[in-house]
Amino acid sequence: MPNLKNRQQDLTEDNVDLSKRRFMIGSVGTSMLMAFGGLATVVNSVSASELLANKSFSPNVWIEMNAEGEVLINIARAEMGQHIGTAIARIVSDELGANWSTVRIQHVDTDPKWGYMVTGGSWSVFQSYKPMSQAGAAGRIALIDAGAKLLGVSADSCTTENSFVVSAGQSISFADIIQRGKFDKTLTPEEMTKLPLKPVKKLTLVGKKSQALDIPAKTNGTAKYGIDVELPGMVYARPIVPPTRYGSKVKQVNDQEAKSIAGYLGYEVITDPSDTLQGWVVVLAKSYPVAMKAVQAINVSYDMGPTAKVSEVEIQQEGIRLVNDKNQGFLFVDDGDVNAANSKAQTNITATYKTASVIHFQLEPLNATVEFIDGICHVHTGNQWQSLTLPTIAKALNLSAEKVVMHQYFLGGGFGRRLFGDYVIPTALVAQKIGKPVKLIFTREDDSLFSQPRSPSVQRFDAAFDGNNELLSVEHALTAGWPTLAMAPGFMPESIDKKGRVDPFSSSGADHWYSIENQQVRVVNNDLAQRTFLPGWLRSVGAGWIGWGVESFIDEIAISSGQDPLEYRLSLLDGKGKNSAGAKRLSKTISLVKDAANWQKELGKDEGMGIAICAGQERTMPTWIACVAKVKVDRTSGEVLLKKLTLIVDCGLVVHPDGALAQVEGSALWGVSLALHEGNSFRAGKISATNLNSYSPLRMNQVPELDIRFIESEETPVGLGEPGVIVVAPAIGNAIYNAVGVRVRDLPITAAQVKQQLTI
Amino acid sequence: MIEFMLNGKKMTTTVAGDTPLLWVIRDEFKLTGTKFGCGIAMCGACTIHLNDQAMRSCVLPVSAVAGSEIRTIEGLANKHPLQKAWVDEQVPQCGYCQSGQIMQAATLLATNANPTEEDIVNHMNSNLCRCMAYKRIKSAIKTAASTTAGTVAIYDPQADDAKEIS
Repeated sequence: MPNLKNRQQDLTEDNVDLSKRRFMIGSVGTSMLMAFGGLATVVNSVSASELLANKSFSPNVWIEMNAEGEVLINIARAEMGQHIGTAIARIVSDELGANWSTVRIQHVDTDPKWGYMVTGGSWSVFQSYKPMSQAGAAGRIALIDAGAKLLGVSADSCTTENSFVVSAGQSISFADIIQRGKFDKTLTPEEMTKLPLKPVKKLTLVGKKSQALDIPAKTNGTAKYGIDVELPGMVYARPIVPPTRYGSKVKQVNDQEAKSIAGYLGYEVITDPSDTLQGWVVVLAKSYPVAMKAVQAINVSYDMGPTAKVSEVEIQQEGIRLVNDKNQGFLFVDDGDVNAANSKAQTNITATYKTASVIHFQLEPLNATVEFIDGICHVHTGNQWQSLTLPTIAKALNLSAEKVVMHQYFLGGGFGRRLFGDYVIPTALVAQKIGKPVKLIFTREDDSLFSQPRSPSVQRFDAAFDGNNELLSVEHALTAGWPTLAMAPGFMPESIDKKGRVDPFSSSGADHWYSIENQQVRVVNNDLAQRTFLPGWLRSVGAGWIGWGVESFIDEIAISSGQDPLEYRLSLLDGKGKNSAGAKRLSKTISLVKDAANWQKELGKDEGMGIAICAGQERTMPTWIACVAKVKVDRTSGEVLLKKLTLIVDCGLVVHPDGALAQVEGSALWGVSLALHEGNSFRAGKISATNLNSYSPLRMNQVPELDIRFIESEETPVGLGEPGVIVVAPAIGNAIYNAVGVRVRDLPITAAQVKQQLTI
Repeated sequence: MIEFMLNGKKMTTTVAGDTPLLWVIRDEFKLTGTKFGCGIAMCGACTIHLNDQAMRSCVLPVSAVAGSEIRTIEGLANKHPLQKAWVDEQVPQCGYCQSGQIMQAATLLATNANPTEEDIVNHMNSNLCRCMAYKRIKSAIKTAASTTAGTVAIYDPQADDAKEIS
């Protein structure tokens, strides 16, 4: 969710928009340091070397080249499987002309000197590509200037390669230059943008095959995750998650039985000034297994919150009511004149699409370890969005933000659950209260009960056609619980009818790239969902469930007007008006997937193919993908066998090709899992499937054949972690229709759902 | 007091006998490569070897391993061909499940020199990878199998003649 982060950062004091920063290069000790300036570095009189020595720079990324010429790239970002450090390091090193074997990365902690720390520019390469290229180029030029002097040649005659400055037969190593040179230079943002960057064809690391630097540690047990943190004298803790997310109050705690367990240290009832935790009890013990056992032996009675009886069905019924009531919600898209078009309608089709609750189920259960040292709260945990989490921790502790430092570790899966780190708060409050370091781990069941689910959703579509079966208009109404409303309401833009604010992460994807003359999108917050749980940003976020409706209903329109769904999509992608920037690139992915998947050819009995496309998470950062799914449906059982997925991806220049492929493999299989295997439900106000005995993410035997291809491109690189999810479910749904004429409209797709329609 | 061999070293613990082995390995003996995932033996992140058999340590009471040989990911000592294959095939994403995946796969190669696709899926299906790196897990197992002659005896740190695997 790069853009969301970007917006958050724009509002924070420590803005990390690197395009507005100075860039500093200076000698510090025996090394050369390079970094983007922090806010304190606007003073001109202080030298770059001095600022660098004092660490007065943005923690976003900084680079150290030591006297041996080795490059250490410090990245203050979460690593959660995307190998982001490797991608950034290769961008910098390529421009620098460094020998890749001398490059290392380090995921740095926050430093109190930096105060309020922001996680980083973004997870995607999208926002890093330009500034990191410029940083590498600035370093190259500084090394060339110094190296040319040492060689007695003109700087113009020099290039860098393999960690040497080279000029017509002569060369000098980066190591020599750093040992003998003195660097103290500051470049303005304007100077940075004017630096000559290598043409794509001359790049030797970017776009080339490489191994990710974080992988070896993940094959031998040495990779350190939050759950692996240990501090001297720490106490172990397990929470007792209350029966409702909001409004529960602890009436009584009976721990009589627990007292007989050796190592049980008692419990704390939590009072949380940030109001994130309501009705929490935390159980303490000398070891974690004792804490687990003690929780089983403790009985807590509650005044339950008002949503203690809410069910998934009720949330969906409320959703249906909201999409059917045209007075609800705000406009997100309003093109042409829907009412005028509708007055000419001869035929109409209407469809309602739904998705069930799903949870992140990141494999490392939520955890944090917290210690207070000299009044500073040190938080050890894996977190995706410190700038959102840290102030909430500070509020809960009644401390200023400067008194909280977050130390970063590998994340055993993020997928959006580790953006807002609400899971840190119980640990921090207990550590503050008992005056000892505390390590709190959620069991899997605790983690699921405290999940931030992707909200159940409902979408209604109405299409109107004229007498010639030509499409006149589409009305689209959609509703869900809104994560951004719950966690970052300041980032919700005003709706286009100026009636209220909308969650862009529960709307994006409805503003697709098809040219439909008269089109209206109405977005509604599902208030019952909002009150019952904390809606989460789950991998692919809004586009993940909105795409299910949009791409399935486009098929319904195509079929209603008697056209091939693939050709019909191409006809709507005419690139007119607001769609001029991207429809062509999207069309190209469709044309390529048609051939790659052998569209509608070689199909056996009860087999079918379906297509779906997407433009990534948001129109402002589109990743173009077309996907064809091939399925076989068992008419007796209704079982859907997914045989193959073919994906064509245009993400601009691919910086780290193998990492990019891994992201698309993983996200496409997430799409399969969400389409066919994962469905949760609220029961009595809570998530009901809390572990693998009732929640069943995709396993190895369910993996279809995958054919994933990238379009070669020199366009700006864009994000890849999420968009692969979006296209898969609708491609499968459309394939099922193609195979047996059954239109599934609910996720997850179940055999029962398919069978029911087969026998009607 | 419970005694067992851990990666070739004799260990003793005084924890309650019903304590799951996982926590003894991680918190008492500080080998944190073995991970806690689901706590009900259904994800495989906690997979270790008990007398050369893959077991889920999250539900295995420490009393049950008295006198046994336990091996963890650390016990492979970076010398198992699967570990090289895992890097060559760039398998891990977040990496959290991978110790368990490798430990599970090692017991396949120990008895089956050339596993078929079906053998691999049957053997590995009980290990969840939430990043869904399944395709690469499969291919890395095939690579490791194809680059070794015969079955792969699991590295024994006690054996004097333990071979370095290139």
